[in-house]
Amino acid sequence: MIQVEGLTKYYGALCAVDHISLDIQTGEILGLLGPNGAGKTTVLRMLTGFLRPTEGTIRIKDYAIDEKPLEIKRLMGYLPESAPLYRDMLVYDYLSYIADMREIKAETKFARIRKMAELCGLNEVMHQPIGELSKGFNQRVGLAHAMMNDPEILILDEPTSGLDPNQIAEIREIIRRIGKEKTIILSTHILSEAEATCNRVVIINRGKIAADGSTDTLGQSTSQGNLITVALQNADIESVERELLSIRGIEDISFVNEQEGTLEIRIACRHTEDLRGEIYKSIKKTNWVLLEFHQETRSLENIFRSLTKEN
Amino acid sequence: MTHIFKKEFRVYFVSPIAYIVISIFLLVTGWFFFSAFFLFNQATLRGFFGLLPITLSFLVPAITMRLFSEELNVGSYEILLTLPVTSLDVILGKFLAGLAFIGAMLIPTIAYPITVSFLGQLDWGPVAGGYIGALLLGAAFSSIGLFVSSLTRNQIIAFITGMAICFSLTLIDKMLFFLPQSLLGFLQYLGADFHFQNISKGILDSRDILYFLSVSFIALYGTYIGMQEKR
Repeated sequence: MIQVEGLTKYYGALCAVDHISLDIQTGEILGLLGPNGAGKTTVLRMLTGFLRPTEGTIRIKDYAIDEKPLEIKRLMGYLPESAPLYRDMLVYDYLSYIADMREIKAETKFARIRKMAELCGLNEVMHQPIGELSKGFNQRVGLAHAMMNDPEILILDEPTSGLDPNQIAEIREIIRRIGKEKTIILSTHILSEAEATCNRVVIINRGKIAADGSTDTLGQSTSQGNLITVALQNADIESVERELLSIRGIEDISFVNEQEGTLEIRIACRHTEDLRGEIYKSIKKTNWVLLEFHQETRSLENIFRSLTKEN
Repeated sequence: MTHIFKKEFRVYFVSPIAYIVISIFLLVTGWFFFSAFFLFNQATLRGFFGLLPITLSFLVPAITMRLFSEELNVGSYEILLTLPVTSLDVILGKFLAGLAFIGAMLIPTIAYPITVSFLGQLDWGPVAGGYIGALLLGAAFSSIGLFVSSLTRNQIIAFITGMAICFSLTLIDKMLFFLPQSLLGFLQYLGADFHFQNISKGILDSRDILYFLSVSFIALYGTYIGMQEKR
């Protein structure tokens, strides 16, 4: 659906996006993650054709983006960051204007506006000026605007910012529902959101792709394996090492600290296997007292932090 | 393009800008015209049209200042350009909305020639010429205003800069009266007032029309280049 190759954008001397290549399939919900200033918005703006890349090509459905800008714009719905809408227009007038601009026929226009209002929960604010709406409603008008033409590609820049938890859940539900037939690209810095809605996550940092994959494969590609923390009483590090290193799959045992007779260690295992059972069995054979035993899950948050932290 | 035009034109009348600008325009032109009208004891609108370039050169930038600056400031510019329209649609839609607004502003002034025609023998030729000239002048000034507006996200800067350009264009030959005569002739040709006064005498010379059309074209083309540069 979308092929991006060597996409680069300079603002003056500042390199905002540095040779990004992506291939996005129909039906994918792609989450673009990254710290502030990583280049997420710039990438999205180039995908919509709003900004022209300094270098690189974007092809959408066989068209290069500068070749058929109007056809490509017709395929897309775009919600910019914090939904900058015309503040002095009424919600209804605005949606009607967008429907006109989206070349929706006069006969179907009213039904379409009504459907969007229903979908985004706008019925009670239809006759208020946009400037007087709360941030959440403003965002919802923005979503209605982006989905007005039933686009094949929906690009959302931080779609859930400013919404309350119920609305966030609703928006995610909408995204998942329409994501079955449509291609959706959304940027966010809320990691749980990417985990909950996206089936593919691209993490960018300083204009470069730091990781790309589904949420599961991302975990495997970057983790050094599972980490299990164990706290034992009545044990010393030598005997623990002797006992546990014999288990296949354990790569390393490191000492964390020892306090009042309690030994805390961290066991690194290969990520392919779940060794908790084995470890428990061998501890059971000894006379150590097991106080604590847990496996750290490598959540997206950990991956994100390890990939994007300074140096 | 028609949708952008309709939307922009409607926004003028939804917000108070339209009513303020039209009131000021009618007040200023009405006062200056009728305060001197009875002194001359002549049934012409020369006083009205004579002042029009100066009045328009500070009112038109006030009309056009929001066309791009507001969009750039709010960020809706991004939405506008990702809707299925070309830059040309955007520029022409906004330009025509500004021009149509100037037209709407001129309509109430038709009361002046009607009043005057009751008072004496009014020659309608110069009046028609004056209105055609006013629209041409309005087109030139609003394209300049549009161009300036596309350069900044601050409406006040857009207004003041636009006003400065329109003013200098109107008064260029009068400001530089100390220059040698040969040079002055050339500068006069650049001045908007000179061409406008020609038309408002009722003489539709192609040179004058061409002048206004080329000023409009240059400013609109500048706007287009400015928009491309932003990408």
